[in-house]
Amino acid sequence: MEQLNNIGASLDFYIFVSIALFSIGAIGVLTRKNMIVLLMCIELMLNAVNLLLVTFSTFFGNGEAQIFVFFIIVVAAAEATIGLSILIMAYRNSKSIDIEMFNKLNG
Amino acid sequence: MSLQMISVILGSLTIASALMVVLSKHPIRSVIYLVITFFFISAMYILMNAQFLAIVNMIVYAGAIMVLFLFVLMLLNLNKEMEPETSRLGLISALIAGGTLFLVMITALRDTFQYGKGYTALKTPESGLVENLGNLLFSKYLVPFEISSILFIAAMVGAVLLAKREKQVID
Repeated sequence: MEQLNNIGASLDFYIFVSIALFSIGAIGVLTRKNMIVLLMCIELMLNAVNLLLVTFSTFFGNGEAQIFVFFIIVVAAAEATIGLSILIMAYRNSKSIDIEMFNKLNG
Repeated sequence: MSLQMISVILGSLTIASALMVVLSKHPIRSVIYLVITFFFISAMYILMNAQFLAIVNMIVYAGAIMVLFLFVLMLLNLNKEMEPETSRLGLISALIAGGTLFLVMITALRDTFQYGKGYTALKTPESGLVENLGNLLFSKYLVPFEISSILFIAAMVGAVLLAKREKQVID
């Protein structure tokens, strides 16, 4: 029963992991040109934020942060759906998944 | 002691598989590594006794969203030469920017690190269980919960409308 009351490593370790995940996601968004991999890196950054929220939720013993993680997951699902459908539409029009393709919009 | 070992190994595996998402050239390998990363993150949730979120993360993220990604990848039928290339200058500047972001966040949270150094005990172990979260979700956060269902309907209609093939013009 003692194991259940222990989160393994200390709090700073979990914060370190989530910052590292966020930075890896940011580097991925900046370097990759493939639109699908870009969307996946955004999911990675969202998961880093989720991990941080859960870490502080256990630290303060407050469950409300986990409700926010639940809502983040909901919004991420909607965002992935819309992003992928925009990607399919763009691929149908230009036969390419390079993000540079959107330069043609001349915004 | 052994639990600490497990969590350190888990954290390093998470970071390694997240790195592989960015580094691997083939998009399908990226998807598989991302699924592995999500499973490791779910394991961390279980270590922190957030059981409901661990299950939701596995079903929604690793199950639904990643299958959607894989499905779109298979649908597009990409081949090797269509993989876009990144310029060397862009790669170096992105690495510098990401590394700086990492360093700045680590430094900004230095006090928090000191505060949480020896902290390994759960204050209220039952806060992440389904009973507690369900009580919160259906009392205090009922209105955002209902609004999220409207968001889902809007996303569904938008996705169908965007991805629908346009009518062929016959003349």
